[in-house]
Amino acid sequence: MLGTLGYASLVAAFLGAAIGCWCGLKAGLDRTSGERVLRVCALAARRAAFFTFGAMSAAMLAMEAALLSHDFSVEYVSRVGSLETPAYYTAISLWSSLDGSILFWAWILSGFVALFAYSRRRDGTGSPLSGERGGLPHELRNTPLVVASCCIVGLFFYGLLLGPANPFGIVDPPPTNGPGPNPLLQNHPLMGLHPPMLYFGFVGMTVPFAFAVAGLIRGNVETRWLRESRRWMIAAWAFLTMGIIGGGWWSYEVLGWGGAWAWDPVENASLLPWLTATAFLHSSMVQEKRGMLKTWNLSLMIGTFLLTLFGTFLTRSGVLDSVHSFTEGVIGPIFLAFIALLSLASLALIGWRSDRLHAPGRIEGAVSRETAFLFNNLLLVGLTFTVLLGTMWPLVVEATSGDRISVGAPYFNQVSSPVGLALLFLMGIGPVLPWRRGAGAAARGALSRAGAAGAVVAAAALALGMREVIPVLTLLAAGFVICTIVEEFVRAIKARSLAGRSTVAAFLELFARSGRRYGGYVVHMGVVVIALAISVSWTWKTEREQTLFKGQRLAVGEYEIEFVELWTREEPHRFVVGASFDAYRGGSLLGRQDPRLNLYVRDPSQQLIATPAVASSLSSDLYLTLMAVDADNLEHATVKAIVNPGMAWLWAGGGIMGVGALLAIVPWGFRRRRAVPLE
Amino acid sequence: MLAGLVAAGGAIWLLAFGGLNQNMVFFMTPSELQAGEPLPPGTSMRLGGRVKPGSVQWDAAQTRLRFVLTDEGAEISVAGSVAPPAMFREGMGVVVEGTYGPGQVFQADGIMIKHSNEYAPPGDGVDPSQTYRSLLESS
Repeated sequence: MLGTLGYASLVAAFLGAAIGCWCGLKAGLDRTSGERVLRVCALAARRAAFFTFGAMSAAMLAMEAALLSHDFSVEYVSRVGSLETPAYYTAISLWSSLDGSILFWAWILSGFVALFAYSRRRDGTGSPLSGERGGLPHELRNTPLVVASCCIVGLFFYGLLLGPANPFGIVDPPPTNGPGPNPLLQNHPLMGLHPPMLYFGFVGMTVPFAFAVAGLIRGNVETRWLRESRRWMIAAWAFLTMGIIGGGWWSYEVLGWGGAWAWDPVENASLLPWLTATAFLHSSMVQEKRGMLKTWNLSLMIGTFLLTLFGTFLTRSGVLDSVHSFTEGVIGPIFLAFIALLSLASLALIGWRSDRLHAPGRIEGAVSRETAFLFNNLLLVGLTFTVLLGTMWPLVVEATSGDRISVGAPYFNQVSSPVGLALLFLMGIGPVLPWRRGAGAAARGALSRAGAAGAVVAAAALALGMREVIPVLTLLAAGFVICTIVEEFVRAIKARSLAGRSTVAAFLELFARSGRRYGGYVVHMGVVVIALAISVSWTWKTEREQTLFKGQRLAVGEYEIEFVELWTREEPHRFVVGASFDAYRGGSLLGRQDPRLNLYVRDPSQQLIATPAVASSLSSDLYLTLMAVDADNLEHATVKAIVNPGMAWLWAGGGIMGVGALLAIVPWGFRRRRAVPLE
Repeated sequence: MLAGLVAAGGAIWLLAFGGLNQNMVFFMTPSELQAGEPLPPGTSMRLGGRVKPGSVQWDAAQTRLRFVLTDEGAEISVAGSVAPPAMFREGMGVVVEGTYGPGQVFQADGIMIKHSNEYAPPGDGVDPSQTYRSLLESS
């Protein structure tokens, strides 16, 4: 019943997308029909986007209802559901396996298209007919073309769901129970937050991609088009950022090895589009101010979207062997074909329009804001290339020599740390350099003050015993960047205070009037905080592993733990064995810590999943993983204790980045309203 | 400025390709390791196989884990103090990273447990509580 309903909704969504695609293309491309007809087509395309969203929502709700009601006649539920799984993990098991994730992906996509259509609801309707011949007026063709491009991507995903990745297949007779979701995915509440963020980020990149396609077809990438597409890009980028940081947090809280980032292919897959999107957010400013880099920016928008698909292909096709590659199947080749098709089509579009995209401007000064952005882009794209190379290299080697190899984390650290460091310095240099011409006395003054601030921070780090080159330089860069950002704020607030505002009002006004710029600085602050956290944790992490008998103590860094007892607990969906430790810091009791081992009763592989216990504080975390227990007498337990300094700042930095992105795109009520154009 | 861009691009290029060969970790099976040319001592590699039933020895006091990794053709002894042995099950597939050291013993710096990909319901007659018991005991 629910299966049939879900499948019917998918069919409706597919038809809706087909109509949206056809109407959008007709409105955008047809040069012979009457304007009135084409306006109807443009309207129909937007309506089709709403309809598709409605249908996809019905499909998703049908799946959720099937999951929560344990309707094992639905094929997907029979694979990821179980009667014992708690309701929360049952609800979020929508994205615990391949078909469900594609359903979730497709639903988000339909939502983004509908949101876009809604944001352009005043497009064309109500404005008088232009009376021009040869199709819709230029500026009215953007919206239907964006909708159509999104619908083409949508057709691929809805089609996947109707065919090879159909989650609504009927199982007859239905089993009485299922295996439940992957144990690793039902072990922490963050699983309800991190994947959706990542999906919102990935799928959100479709809209800038569609803007790029529409811009290429129209042969015009005007300022308004650029601002709109960048807004969508910032939103998707913010979700992706949260998704990546959330993924690190999940890995830290669940996997038990004490770190957040292992350069695993699935992590790299999420980083690649993030890097190119970040590059676009910067280089698009050069286009806005100077009219340059149009082709480059279009390529970044398209490339970012293709990388999201490619990342999904890498992690979902089983082509790379990684702990994250939960699923294998026929989806891989289909994805690859779709990526190839889109790449070729995009290349053809860019080639066809390249004559219209020549830049009127040129770089005038060797030391200017433009140059800083150019270096920023070079580094970001270079890093993208390197991460891609390292991730793909095992495939290349296996294909050419037959040897099976892996490229370890040291490779990625070795390349990313100097590049990251250079980017960090640029973050301090770029904002003080003027557009066009070389640095004047003001910029030189700001840079030397920032340099002095950086030197002070680096000296402090050296005094505290930090000895490795990269962390010390990172701290130097951090001081440098913080100084320039603070100066930017102070100067702007002072200028507004002179005009009679209070300091607080002036501060708020900065975000209201130029949210993108000052929101961007807040994002930079978040990055600096993360860089600091990584350097500190890298330098001062300490780790010990020991078997403890009851009452025995182990000292790690400034912490001490005392083993109290082993305990076991039966829950409906799992057995838990835990070890209780009293944790002390500087002699005073922090509290009870209980690292655990879990066995999920319906998990066919019957593996124990270790859940670490993390005691967080602003300065450092005490991280305990239970390694082994004395099953016979419950007398002793083996524990790995890690003291991880600065970890809280890693997550906080991610939060600051998110807030900054929000400040950059929120349309503040009292911001000067731009005239609603396109009419 | 162009020179600067070229220099920065070149540096990334060198880093990207120069670092690859040094950081390549070969993946082998016990048979390949035994049959192949002796590797220079200290070469880092990954060894993948199954944990031989009955071979797991866990010394809690020394936090030292020893077991035999097999691929039905050859067997390699592995020693290390790195894995959560509680996660260990005899017969399970694991990948160990480390060096093939003196005395024909593979010194593991890290152990990755291969989690099975897709899930099938447990077979009939499997009582999870029994599995659990045996799991705890094997550690």
